[in-house]
Amino acid sequence: MQELLIGNHALARGAWEAGLRVAAAYPGTPSTEIIEALARYPEVYAEWAPNEKVALEVAIGAAIGGARSLAAMKHVGVNVAADPLMTLAYTGVNAGLVLVSADDPGLFSSQNEQDNRFYARMAQIPCLEPADSQEVKDMTKLAFDLGEKFDTPVMLRLTTRIAHSYSPVESGERREIPLRDYVKQPAKYVMLPVFGKARHRVVEERRQKLLAYAETTSLNRVEWADRRVGVITAGIAYQYVKEALPGVSVLKLGLTYPLPEKLVRGFVNAVETCYVVEELEPFIEDQLRALGLAVTGKELVPRVDELSSIIVARTVGAQVANLDPGLVDPDLAAAALAGTAPTAGPMTGTERPATPALSETEAAGDLAAREAAPALAQRAIDARTKDAGSEPVKEAAATAVPADLPGRPPLMCPGCPHRGVFYVLKKLRLVVAGDIGCYTLGATPPLQAMDTCICMGASLGVAMGLEKARGAEFARRVVGVIGDSTFLHSGMTGLLDMVYNGGTGTLIILDNSTTAMTGHQDHPGTGYTAAHQPAPKADLEQIARGLGVRRVQVVDSYDLEAVERAIQEETAAREPSVIIARQPCALLKKEKEAVYTVDPEACLACRYCLDLGCPALSFNGEQAVIDLVQCNGCGLCARVCPAEAIRKAGEEDA
Amino acid sequence: MPEDVINVLLVGVGGQGTILAGRVLSRAALSLGGEVKVSDIHGMAQRGGSVVTQVRFGPRVFAPVMAPGTADFMVAFEKLEARRWLPYLRADGWLIVNDQELPPLPVLTGAATYPEDLVGEMGRLVKHTLALDALDLARRAGNVKAVNMVLMGALARRLPISRAAWEAALASSVPGRFLEVNKKAFQLGWEEGA
Repeated sequence: MQELLIGNHALARGAWEAGLRVAAAYPGTPSTEIIEALARYPEVYAEWAPNEKVALEVAIGAAIGGARSLAAMKHVGVNVAADPLMTLAYTGVNAGLVLVSADDPGLFSSQNEQDNRFYARMAQIPCLEPADSQEVKDMTKLAFDLGEKFDTPVMLRLTTRIAHSYSPVESGERREIPLRDYVKQPAKYVMLPVFGKARHRVVEERRQKLLAYAETTSLNRVEWADRRVGVITAGIAYQYVKEALPGVSVLKLGLTYPLPEKLVRGFVNAVETCYVVEELEPFIEDQLRALGLAVTGKELVPRVDELSSIIVARTVGAQVANLDPGLVDPDLAAAALAGTAPTAGPMTGTERPATPALSETEAAGDLAAREAAPALAQRAIDARTKDAGSEPVKEAAATAVPADLPGRPPLMCPGCPHRGVFYVLKKLRLVVAGDIGCYTLGATPPLQAMDTCICMGASLGVAMGLEKARGAEFARRVVGVIGDSTFLHSGMTGLLDMVYNGGTGTLIILDNSTTAMTGHQDHPGTGYTAAHQPAPKADLEQIARGLGVRRVQVVDSYDLEAVERAIQEETAAREPSVIIARQPCALLKKEKEAVYTVDPEACLACRYCLDLGCPALSFNGEQAVIDLVQCNGCGLCARVCPAEAIRKAGEEDA
Repeated sequence: MPEDVINVLLVGVGGQGTILAGRVLSRAALSLGGEVKVSDIHGMAQRGGSVVTQVRFGPRVFAPVMAPGTADFMVAFEKLEARRWLPYLRADGWLIVNDQELPPLPVLTGAATYPEDLVGEMGRLVKHTLALDALDLARRAGNVKAVNMVLMGALARRLPISRAAWEAALASSVPGRFLEVNKKAFQLGWEEGA
């Protein structure tokens, strides 16, 4: 059945047909109608998040959890969501994830006109640009498949004119896509530096594969006409070109990042003159120039404001008409010549300033420098060879580090209050949506109690997405963990989202009363400013309650029984809950506690204490040994020892 | 003032005081009147990870980091870290190594073993090796945490920096109540390095 839909409704329809399960957004013109439409489909969970960052984090949690998901926002919203986006590009997805960026050329209701295709390029993810509602729907469906095929989020870039214009759409049936399995993969979803480094290589390999795909996909198509003039265009600009320049050959790009090098080169070479017509920034044009292709674009087409058919006629059309008036739409050509149509701005047609030319002397100098370059390089090589003969060349002591040399990964300090919480989380085999800070080290052996870490503040949004993808029963097994400083940085909005949108998850705030990872800086919860002046102290319990959490517990991080009991109670609760596990950072302690020692008679050599991953604890072969210099006296090892062989120094005989 | 740039690499484990040692060395090197450039390279842990400080000084220093194979001195606070960073040392450079083992987590948990005879192996790979029990010397100086100044004392023997400059650098880098212990540790390292 064909019906007239605005692009946003076509997008919602396409996402629904593609088996979408989870969608989140913060309203922003011109993207708002997407969630409004999705919220009407019973098969889709759609929510308003407190901001775009949380919306994307919820979508990320859902995608990792195996459900096709979508986050929609206006262009400036992506600025707010850029933090998770850049790392999402590294982790990739499980089920498909579409990020809708609805840009607003012409600032109909925005504070700027930014061109978000640069975000796709920055994140190295595919960017799709539909040109009407039908394409919006088709590309939305394709975006999910593409994302799953290449394990990448996909940006679907609309502009106001696409998002809010009606055009016919053929609707189809919903395809139920089964939930993908959730598999814990810390190397893929916990972006510690060591894992992130490896994933960056994956991103680069993926870009190469996407390039190959871009060459052959029907998203990019050539419409041959007069071969004297070619136009490369995308999105709404395609419609303006087709209207104003009916006689020219057109390369319509549906996939504008990455750009298919062979296809564009072939097209540019097949026409006598090639123009690039795109709205806002020279995004495609700059990439063509970087390929060494001679094209004309922003010298003619304005970079400011919304594009239109008349602007295309006035700019490119005026040039093309000199060659053959028949290439330009006669009505538009007449209007353009008459100057009766409104202009888009000062940078049109012949009003543009001339390109400043190099002066004769500058040009001569430039040429001389280029000619001299090889000679300079050769002289440098000669000099080095000569030196090597006269002086001993510095030679490295050993060219390689032995492959079997044990690594020295960063780890939680002796006495770290986070250690016990992660020990319990591992014991309870919970799914842990983590965050950025010392506690990210809960992902490393032997604790390995973390499933995801996307960006600062993402833990609860991801936990929420996992719940919405896999259901409230799965949520019984999910906790978010976040530090006190990070909670105040950007964790509060995630908690607010969970309360507002009926999540039932548990957030553990690992409160060590400082910003530990970076060297113990103060924050609004410490009661001091950067200059160490007294300041109002933000109260985490009150904040959690103020955000609407009714279940708030405070536990002693070192009291493993209390930590375990609290986690079991709160994960079982069918409403949002917060556990504040509190103990100051071990490095802040002024006085050292009495150390612990091992009673050799009692030690069973069970090695349970090693599961804590405490650097002060090791095995000498037959029994546990505690390094008295490193031991901080936290006593966690004594609590996990089943034989009660570990005791506080001075209490050995107790 | 040395004619060429002198490269000193300080390697150790987070918490051992390599960064403070680097600060003392760089302040002392400033007394030579040339340029000093320092880079602290450490990972995400406050403690326990591999930590490297690079100090370069001479008449003119450009890059703040040195290339592999160009360190004139490597002062290693721990043996395993010495071996890990050994490719940075020149074959005819000086390795000053604290003969102390701090097993990393994979060794503590039994997932890996600490290599044997690291000092002997490295002694065969480089021209000059000075191994010392800096932990014991620091204990004798009055505080086990003064390992870093023991090692600076051993290094100081081999650098064209005056004792007065070292002492001024120490005094300006270490809190007053710890100064005597650190000076003593430096002296013990100096003597051991003879």
